[in-house]
Amino acid sequence: MKTSVKEPETQVKRPDESLFKRLTRQQLFIPVAALTLLVLFNLIADPSFFAVSIKENSLGNPVLSGNIISVLDNASELVILAIGMTLVTASSGGQDISVGATMAIAGSVILRMVCGTEVTADTLHMPLILAVLIGIFVSMLFGAFNGTLVAYFKIQPMVATLIMFTAGRSIAAWINNNQLPIMNDISFKYAGTFLPGIPVPTPIFITAFMILVFWLVLKFTNLGLYTQSVGINANSSRLNGLDPQMIKLLTYVILGVCVAVAGFIRVSRSGSINYSRIAENIEMDAILAVALGGNALSGGKFNIYGSILGAYVIQFLTTTLYKYDVPSTALPAYKAVVVILLVVLSAPVVREKLAGMKKAPAKAAKGVS
Amino acid sequence: MKKVLCLVLTLCMVLALAACGGNSGGTPADSGSQTPASTPDAQPAGDTNSGLITVGVINNDPNESGYRTANDAAMRAMFTEANGYKATFYNNNDAAQQIATAQQMIQDEVDFLLLSPASTTGWDSVLQDAQAAGTQIILFDRMLEADESMYVAAVVSDMPAEGKTAVDWLAAQGLSEYNIIHIQGHMGSDAQLGRTGALDEKVSAEASWNYVTQQTADWDEATARTITQSVIDSGKPFNVIYAENNGMARGAVAALDAAGITHGKNGDVIVMGFDSDKWAMEAVLEGSWNYMGLCNPLQAETVDSIIKDLVAGTAPAQKIIYTPEQGFEAATITQADVDTYGT
Repeated sequence: MKTSVKEPETQVKRPDESLFKRLTRQQLFIPVAALTLLVLFNLIADPSFFAVSIKENSLGNPVLSGNIISVLDNASELVILAIGMTLVTASSGGQDISVGATMAIAGSVILRMVCGTEVTADTLHMPLILAVLIGIFVSMLFGAFNGTLVAYFKIQPMVATLIMFTAGRSIAAWINNNQLPIMNDISFKYAGTFLPGIPVPTPIFITAFMILVFWLVLKFTNLGLYTQSVGINANSSRLNGLDPQMIKLLTYVILGVCVAVAGFIRVSRSGSINYSRIAENIEMDAILAVALGGNALSGGKFNIYGSILGAYVIQFLTTTLYKYDVPSTALPAYKAVVVILLVVLSAPVVREKLAGMKKAPAKAAKGVS
Repeated sequence: MKKVLCLVLTLCMVLALAACGGNSGGTPADSGSQTPASTPDAQPAGDTNSGLITVGVINNDPNESGYRTANDAAMRAMFTEANGYKATFYNNNDAAQQIATAQQMIQDEVDFLLLSPASTTGWDSVLQDAQAAGTQIILFDRMLEADESMYVAAVVSDMPAEGKTAVDWLAAQGLSEYNIIHIQGHMGSDAQLGRTGALDEKVSAEASWNYVTQQTADWDEATARTITQSVIDSGKPFNVIYAENNGMARGAVAALDAAGITHGKNGDVIVMGFDSDKWAMEAVLEGSWNYMGLCNPLQAETVDSIIKDLVAGTAPAQKIIYTPEQGFEAATITQADVDTYGT
């Protein structure tokens, strides 16, 4: 993924530019550099980090096991959210902070559909695909609600989505009458664990599928272009015949789809839900992924692959910290330090400074000769 | 066109929300967890004519865990008009909100204030106001730091005893070496402190007891799974999972299952959880888990009898009443236990 994705060269290459400067100007520089650093650190500290082995799970299926698989597997929800969050950020110049709460809603709806009115259900009460589609539909409605507030009522995205951030988990609980449903049918858990006979965790496939879908959509439709132009200047987009409000609304609805898919993976992992804990604080990680990907949080130009890489960096970091047994209470602090470094480094101001620093000695050398 | 669409969508969402609210008002068992104090389910204002005892019930968020859901449901089922009560319920995990609501309830002159405080400190003014207004306070489920004279009774779980029972059971298993994955609850909570305390003490006292890892998963199942997964990936040997609630134990078991590590009665890894969830007790019964420390969420009946006694003029024999609790292990648990204690 990371090698095949290259930002289109918009800058004119000047021969006197150092390689370093050209590199730092690339939007993907920060996430790629962060990932490389993490990989190098783990390689030096303990190469066994990258060991992947085949084990037999409790159902007798051969499955892949290892830190790398864990990273790819556990990052799934975050990657999918980051895709939607990037579009929302680009079009509206703000972030949806309700994604964790709406994930709870989507998960709750899906469980309600497959469990019927039973609290503990042993069989699916409805074809799984139908339940997931209903979950996606409900999630799109909530996305549309957020999008309407942002696009038509011109409310700050963070304030508009604060409503669902606050109310979402209670709504999720209402959907299931405040009970914690459990789905015991093994086929419900396929999406969150393994398909029989396939050694790669299913969430990795779902994520790959979502990335593929968005790649195709961005390649063959004008969604990307329209989203960017609305984010850069809504008024001039309108004068050019676009409908900025509709496009903003659309990005929130698309985020709704991403949220539902992420919520489905999450409830499918265990076959149950805990409304106030499920996907807690994931909105912050999703926003962070967008920022790490070098996207401006104020909207406009975006690179969806940057956000995807950013999401994997966050999960890689978390897994690395767990591996080295960082004391649990200190974990968020370590994460914060790394995050601050990455975000500061990815700030355009710092990157320009960095590029300038490299250039300055070169100039000085020229002056002497 | 767009205006119409936007209007329709907004109305749709507003109505959906309103519908949720409407339902919750109808059945007391599923009232909204965030119902503000200003719109109480029932008007408590000290009406002695009806002969009902007015109570204000302040609890934590019922969605926090299966334990809390059961606890909240039991309180709501007990304090009804049919049982002679006029009750107002309030749920919030934020102590500041709880305190504000408590003061409101005292002003409304409830006869009894039933309290499960989200934090152990900060309640002094509430306790003093209650005393001045003649409102009697009964603590349930959780303690707070105050002089015993400030409340009439406390019906609570003995968390350190729960931890001790579990650790004693584990020690009785007679393993030659204990390599423990310890998954902690929300740091600083009553349950985490009690359940961690007993294990910490044992691990530091015995040379053959070691932590493979000791991490908080903040009561979250997914985090518990990640922690366990990372230990499995690192290849460190372990033979005990001590998770401080059932949800986290389930997350850890999911990671074991994915890696094909056997657990439970005849397995390689001992799995221990806490609380009272029926599905967890069934897992112990099936033998896929080894132990569940019961944390009894059903204090409503005890609280009810204390109130009835107080109204009749008898003070409770003991001020602090610990709910009966025990550990269930795979070897001895019966279906009757599951039916009696599972929630």
